[in-house]
Amino acid sequence: MSAAGTPKVELRGVKKRFGDKVVLDGLDLRIEPGHSLVVIGGSGTGKSVMIKCVLGILTPDEGQIFVDGQEVTNLRGRAREEVLRKFAMLFQGAALFDSLPVWENVAFGLIQGRGIARNKARDIAIEKLAKVGLGADVALLSPAELSGGMQKRVGLARAIAADPEIIFFDEPTTGLDPIMADVINDLIISTVKDLGVTTLSITHDMVSARKISDHIAMLYKGKIVWGGPTSEIDRTDNPFVDQFIHGRADGPIKMEVRA
Amino acid sequence: MNVLATIGRFTLGFFRETGRLSVFTGDSVSGVVRPPLYWYLIAQQMMRIGFYSLPVVGLTAFFTGGVLALQIYNGASRYGAESFVPVVVLVGITRELGPVIAGLMVAGRVAAAIAAEIGTMRVTEQIDALTTLSTNPIKYLVVPRLVAAVISMPILVAIADSIGVFGGYVASTQSLGFNGAVYMNNTMNGLTFDDVSSGLIKAAVFGFLIALMGCFNGFHSRGGAQGVGSATTNAVVSASILILAANYLLTNLLFTK
Ligand SMILES: Nc1ncnc2c1ncn2[C@@H]1O[C@H](COP(=O)(O)OP(=O)(O)O)[C@@H](O)[C@H]1O
Ligand SMILES: [Mg+2]
Repeated sequence: MSAAGTPKVELRGVKKRFGDKVVLDGLDLRIEPGHSLVVIGGSGTGKSVMIKCVLGILTPDEGQIFVDGQEVTNLRGRAREEVLRKFAMLFQGAALFDSLPVWENVAFGLIQGRGIARNKARDIAIEKLAKVGLGADVALLSPAELSGGMQKRVGLARAIAADPEIIFFDEPTTGLDPIMADVINDLIISTVKDLGVTTLSITHDMVSARKISDHIAMLYKGKIVWGGPTSEIDRTDNPFVDQFIHGRADGPIKMEVRA
Repeated sequence: MNVLATIGRFTLGFFRETGRLSVFTGDSVSGVVRPPLYWYLIAQQMMRIGFYSLPVVGLTAFFTGGVLALQIYNGASRYGAESFVPVVVLVGITRELGPVIAGLMVAGRVAAAIAAEIGTMRVTEQIDALTTLSTNPIKYLVVPRLVAAVISMPILVAIADSIGVFGGYVASTQSLGFNGAVYMNNTMNGLTFDDVSSGLIKAAVFGFLIALMGCFNGFHSRGGAQGVGSATTNAVVSASILILAANYLLTNLLFTK
């Protein structure tokens, strides 16, 4: 669909600060169509802020953001909603609507965003739930009745429900036990393959990062300090990456006590 | 030096907050006229804001009407003006106490509930999730609550007025020896459209303020459970103060001709 060489999503010199705290400091990032990019970085380095800038939930102070070559930095209203139809997101805490049963959560974007009839949306929702390994019996439960891992699965089903082109995963495995984390990783890989989508994930879980990515970039102090294919991450001599993937306290990365 | 800095910071904070509230109010009000309007959500909120507030508003109105009758009788009897009790109860309830008491009770119940619910949605990223699902959170969350409150409050107050007058009737006939038929007759004769309608206008304004404060504080809460807690408190306090201030302004506007 996109012309050769046009990245699916591109951030150019994006800056974002809260008060006098600079979170993103001239961030440049390209996500090529069909790639699965994982951005790694410590807690509080601004990974979620970066994603929210792309989605327009936050507005960057400076810099530009492009989707399929179209500048979207300051879009609002209808134009923003149009662009957002290409995107889906799995939130860190799943962010399910607790006033609605599971199936309506999954069908929400179909019913509200696209005006699909409830009956039809419900069938699609049950089909998507099956894709993430949940039976139709879960459909009528309320999100509060589900475990963390199941909530993530429902969140994943909601993300893929409207057949997006780009999916963002915010810490998909954080807070899950290693086995459930692996289940989620596998689900991400299989759904992504199925849909042929472009993905951007952010995580500090290196096991997950290696597994679900074909490219990795590292965020530190508001900038991307390294980027490359996943296979190269162990061969780089970049001191930031080296320290991060080996989890060492000594190195160029200084833990900020005040996150 | 330090004092100046503190004053400066306070002033900046005040203007920032006022600015944010203005933008939020503008977005919300313009959301009412731009489609889509979620009718089923409005109906659902009318149940929660209006219907479920009936017991507490009814009870407070009943006792307030009763107390009003007792106190006015006490004062009026010094001048032999006991026969004015029904009409003074009526005017007091319909113009002031009905709307204000209902407003304050609903502020406590509903502004808190709205702020807690929307605040929780904010800190658990549910509001961001709405955005990513092509749904405008202002239209989906705020507009239905505003519309429902503005419609529900006058209805609630109309009922509270009746119950309040009935409270006065009960107190007067049971404790003060009034004749029931005479009391009712006096009340009916004293009933004017202006007294009642002015109270209902107030009620609609109070409903707007209650929903607005609940939504605004919830929307801008952050910092987990504690943030939601203070959003809830702020919602109730600010709604109550605004109700009393608006009541003064509206009374000035409606009755000083
Ligand atoms: N809406 C906001 N207002 C103020 N500060 C924020 C906001 N969102 C994020 N921050 C701050 O930005 C920094 C980066 O946050 P975040 O992107 O969530 O980190 P992470 O990399 O762990 O996802 C944190 O210090 C956080 O406190
Ligand atoms: Mg985060």
